[in-house]
Amino acid sequence: MQLALFVIVTILTLGGALGVVATRNVVHAALFLLLSLLGAAGVYLLLFAEFLALVQVLIYGGAVIIVVLFAVMLTRSSEYPRITDNRQWPLALITAAALSVILGAAFWLAPDLATEPQAPAFTGLAASLFTKWALPFEIASLVLLVALIGAIIIARVQSSTTADNSPVEPEG
Amino acid sequence: MSFLINLAWSALGLAIMFAVLSLVVLSLVWLERKALGRLQLRFGPTRTGKFGLLQPVADAVKLILKEDIVPNDSEKAIFWVAPVIVVVSAFVIWVTIPGGENVVIKHLPLGLFYIVAFAVVGILGLVLAGWGSANKYGIMGGLRSAAQLISYEIPVVLVAAAVAILAQSLDLREIVAAQSSYPYMVVLPLGLVIFFIAGLAEVGRTPFDIYHAESEVVGGPFVEYSGAHWSVFFLAEYINTFAIAALTALLFLGGWGGPGLPDVVWFLFKTYAVILVVFWVRGTFPRLRIDQLMAFAWKVMVPLSFYTVIIAAVYRFYALPWWTLTILSLVGLGVAGWIIYRRMSAPARRVADIQRRLAARRETIASSSST
Repeated sequence: MQLALFVIVTILTLGGALGVVATRNVVHAALFLLLSLLGAAGVYLLLFAEFLALVQVLIYGGAVIIVVLFAVMLTRSSEYPRITDNRQWPLALITAAALSVILGAAFWLAPDLATEPQAPAFTGLAASLFTKWALPFEIASLVLLVALIGAIIIARVQSSTTADNSPVEPEG
Repeated sequence: MSFLINLAWSALGLAIMFAVLSLVVLSLVWLERKALGRLQLRFGPTRTGKFGLLQPVADAVKLILKEDIVPNDSEKAIFWVAPVIVVVSAFVIWVTIPGGENVVIKHLPLGLFYIVAFAVVGILGLVLAGWGSANKYGIMGGLRSAAQLISYEIPVVLVAAAVAILAQSLDLREIVAAQSSYPYMVVLPLGLVIFFIAGLAEVGRTPFDIYHAESEVVGGPFVEYSGAHWSVFFLAEYINTFAIAALTALLFLGGWGGPGLPDVVWFLFKTYAVILVVFWVRGTFPRLRIDQLMAFAWKVMVPLSFYTVIIAAVYRFYALPWWTLTILSLVGLGVAGWIIYRRMSAPARRVADIQRRLAARRETIASSSST
């Protein structure tokens, strides 16, 4: 029973992830991403991490995908050249390999995974998050703040360049 | 074997939930038409049955018999899947909303958080509906719904968190049990106001129906939907309205607690009372403008909901007497009301100021000419 559910959820997650990179349509890619993220929520649910699964649905399944769709709809994809190749692909390959090594190592070193419901999971999570792991938690929020300020700076620069309609001198 | 029995019980529970919610939607359609009619000094439906009670049935038959048009240019898959996402997320949250002490399909310890999480997924359906219709008004409406609903989700979540802090639980049963001595509307009137207003915006009821406003975006995400497809959105909207009213009753009005009557009766009484206020607001206020709506969300609702969380946490941490929270809450409400009043009356004050200066100048001219 558990195994069957796990297989379904895994197919959902990996199939969605494959769809994200395989499809040419950005909106379809966002939908495949949703499928993949909800599959990840299913994995959390099978590990009896209900709170984490709900966080996954709320933040990734809901908010992030909606913001992605919002951004996609605001841009006109026809204005940009269709890129099928990217010179940064070796870099991406190295990053992906390093990530899988780290995650694999963490998986092997981790204590046994939960196989039954843990009653005070929610309060225990809050206690460890705000006492033992308070510093990493704050650093994570700092990263988000930096990203937010960076986005504002980029948006401001663009709006000031589009505001003056002086013709741009072609280089060379 | 026990698994199969469990599955059968779940299926039965879901079937009952579906039937009850359908009845509720029919009652809401009738109630809304009657209440709006009375507010506008007319009778509302009278011809179909006694008091027009069969009007919602007639409406439903009309909607289902209408032709279901799928536009040629639409993205068929997204066009089909969008209403499903909306209606499934509307039904799914009712799995854990209790109508009484034991009147619930599945009791979840993280119930409140579960409801908040799946309510957000419904927004996605609206955005996709706008995109899939391949219609400029649809896309505008989809963008509006994304912006509006994400913005108003924040106050809803934060106020729900404040209630959870007060009750020390995300379990709806325990939240209601914690209100046995006094409902949370007494200690957290600010929370009630924020939750109600943001909840109205979440379900797109009339002062906040910007994303499907007929006069601006001709129906927004629903513009290309007709017949059965459109009625699915309609169904979801009423179920969500009922869910917001039920949550207001559960979080702030003491849920099913009350003297004498059975708990389900008290729950339905409080929920329908909130629903009537929703209809009253719809009959009273004009629609906001989109920029006013967003400014209201980010400049008023979000700071106030942060304030609510902070006062709830401070009250809980220092174990203050309950009336301090009431006072703090009312102070927040008063300050917000005063700032809004100042902003609203700013043009009038400016006009009065100019008139005063003109009068003063006229007086000086008159006095200088007389000397």
